[in-house]
Amino acid sequence: MIPELGHYALVLALALGIVQALVPLVGSLRGDAALMRLAGSTALMQFVFVALSFVALTACYVTSDFSVANVFENSHSMMPLIYKFTSVWGNHEGSMLLWVLILAAFGAAVAAFGGNLPATLKANVLAVQSWIACSFYLFILLTSNPFLRLAPAPFEGKDLNPILQDIGLAVHPPLLYLGYVGFSISFSFAIAALIEGRIDAAWARWVRPWTLAAWMFLTVGIAMGSYWAYYELGWGGYWFWDPVENASLMPWIAGTALLHSAVVMEKRNALKIWTVLLAILAFSLSLIGTFLVRSGVLTSVHTFASDPSRGVFILMILIFFIGGGLALFAWRAPMLKQGGLFAPVSREGALVFNNLFLTTACLTVFVGTLYPLALEAITGEKISVGAPFFNLTFGPLFIPLLFAMPFGPLLAWKRGDVLGVAQRLMAAFAIGLVAIAVTFVAMGVTSVLAPFGIGLAFYVMAGSLVDLVEHTGVFRLPLATVRARTFGLPRSVWGTALAHFGMAVTLLGIVTASTWGEERIVALKQGQSTSLSGYDMSFDGMTQRAGPNFRETVAKFTARSGGVAVGLMEPSKRSFGARQSTTSEAALLTRGFSQLYMSLGDVNEDGSVAVRLYFKPLVLLIWLGSLVMALGGLLSLSDRRLRVGAPKPAKKASKPSSTLQPAE
Amino acid sequence: MTRKQRRLTLIGGSLGVLALAAVLVLSALSDSIVFFNSPSDIAEKKPAAGTRVRIGGLVKPGSLERGESLNVRFAVTDGAHEIAVRYQGIVPDLFREGQGVVTEGKIAADGSFVADSVLAKHDEKYMPREVVDALKKTGRWQEGEMKTDAHVVDKPTMSKTP
Repeated sequence: MIPELGHYALVLALALGIVQALVPLVGSLRGDAALMRLAGSTALMQFVFVALSFVALTACYVTSDFSVANVFENSHSMMPLIYKFTSVWGNHEGSMLLWVLILAAFGAAVAAFGGNLPATLKANVLAVQSWIACSFYLFILLTSNPFLRLAPAPFEGKDLNPILQDIGLAVHPPLLYLGYVGFSISFSFAIAALIEGRIDAAWARWVRPWTLAAWMFLTVGIAMGSYWAYYELGWGGYWFWDPVENASLMPWIAGTALLHSAVVMEKRNALKIWTVLLAILAFSLSLIGTFLVRSGVLTSVHTFASDPSRGVFILMILIFFIGGGLALFAWRAPMLKQGGLFAPVSREGALVFNNLFLTTACLTVFVGTLYPLALEAITGEKISVGAPFFNLTFGPLFIPLLFAMPFGPLLAWKRGDVLGVAQRLMAAFAIGLVAIAVTFVAMGVTSVLAPFGIGLAFYVMAGSLVDLVEHTGVFRLPLATVRARTFGLPRSVWGTALAHFGMAVTLLGIVTASTWGEERIVALKQGQSTSLSGYDMSFDGMTQRAGPNFRETVAKFTARSGGVAVGLMEPSKRSFGARQSTTSEAALLTRGFSQLYMSLGDVNEDGSVAVRLYFKPLVLLIWLGSLVMALGGLLSLSDRRLRVGAPKPAKKASKPSSTLQPAE
Repeated sequence: MTRKQRRLTLIGGSLGVLALAAVLVLSALSDSIVFFNSPSDIAEKKPAAGTRVRIGGLVKPGSLERGESLNVRFAVTDGAHEIAVRYQGIVPDLFREGQGVVTEGKIAADGSFVADSVLAKHDEKYMPREVVDALKKTGRWQEGEMKTDAHVVDKPTMSKTP
């Protein structure tokens, strides 16, 4: 009964979605307020029904109802409860249901919190949002129904892929989808603006919080996914330039560009056409990411279930929205009015510079991700494009971007003074140079590029602080003024500084972990020890343990630093009976921001075990930096300017009141 | 500056960055991509020693030898041809004789293959897509024999390239 209710709720959501996709649009064309207002209620109800559908599927998982094919394929009665919840989206059908749930949630949020939007814009945004929702409801109902029944019902499920039986599955996909799908709102705003043929600074102010929220979720989602892959897959890396990873990185880069160009539009009414295009592109890249992951065109780690027939359906959705969006853009964009003028050297110019490099970097990732697919489709030749390609293309494009980063916030709008800004950044330059020198002295000339990376990171960190110092007047104004200025400073300024600072922290982690990390693979017998980066690891023996739905072989190690025990490390191998598969669980020992990492290999006949050991200096900074970036986004989001929304023109509001008004 | 001059500056700058990106992409594509080959492709093309390639197929039953200090030798076969592979390091959890494998490394002077990474599938039921294609070519693959899946190739177990 429950699965049928879930299925039916989704069908009802589709029916509501079709109404919402058409009626408000007609309303906005005719200027009929009642028809336009309908969008708000349908958006809320759509969310309610999708949520019901999602709850129904969750109930099937929690009660281990193996008469539902999806539950049978991906669950097991012995699985811990938390994984019964998370395995709802640990498969294709369920994760698409999560996708539409989040889509509907964003739609409902616009309906609930978009009170300050003009009626026609709100109606059109919700209509466009519903077009997207309907296409994905249809996709689920026609190709990926999670509520299909099995008769007779099996007694036991086939278990969830062991690699997914981890807390990471509870965190990473929902956050990633909140980011991916969040860009649908920017897209809907862009399409709605194009339909109306009118766009202004206020539009940018309305669309910015949504973009910012999506960007924050995506930032944290990507970072958590990277940490999950790092500790779960046992190979010690945190980013593989895997197509699925790239699929999430591309919308992130485009979204970052969008955030910055929307600032120009909001403040100076310039770059309008470009901002609208970026809004379309950011969501298009999300759709392309969904296509890559969900269609099974890739040979890649994250694609957990796939079927080529689904690929064609998503491809149709992709073509409809990207093609339709860009066609509408080509038709309507020339009608949009040009905005304010600015000199090449100015805040606007710096943000254009940012956009130019970000979009180009995004393009290189796009080429590297899709080129192998295109080549295979055309010539049948199979190639792999890995880390070296991206290091050679993405890296060089990010260096100028990072170098210019502290300049941006210090430049004046309209016409800036590069030399003046460079002068104010003297301290940052000095800190960067000192960092380079110190690194060379401390680490020797082992790597020529790495000290410059460190220098760049410290320069950006110092540079983002310089911006705060300039704003608050620390070191040059009296204390009372400084205090007043500090509290009076808009939160978005803090947000910018923090996000830029976080970027530099991530860079610092990447440079140190990849340059000075050490790795050793050894075979050890009980009682033997090995050392790495100043730590001694002694092998104390093996034990067997039983988990809820697996058995594990655990190797026990004691890590010592200078003869003092600093921790136990217990890498293990788990074998899952239901799937007859094995996973390696790495052991991590955190020392400050650095980590010792150990994963278990084969147990040999002579009783020795093979272990892979890594020392990853400052590796945690990679993810902490991302969290700082997201925190910067959160601060910016809480800025009064965004919360309150665009100030309504007071004159217009007061004028009609003096004339006669029809009673409502 | 007039509006026109400003626009020209902007367009010029954009084209400059795009040209730079194009140069980077093209040079990186010519240097850093790796071609995938089946053992039959290797036998046929005979790539020069030192060429970096990926090889996929089945680990030939009975060919796996484990030596001292984590040295592993095995043969990869697609039914028609096979190639000897040497590797030092830890092989993935699901690396077994008779199972699908993808390895990346260099062709040695004696025609054998020195792998620096070994990728195995991550689930008993599944087979790397590249391996399936290689087996199909030699007629060793029956449709429906196994379910293929995109999620099969594990992240490589890496050892520092010697």
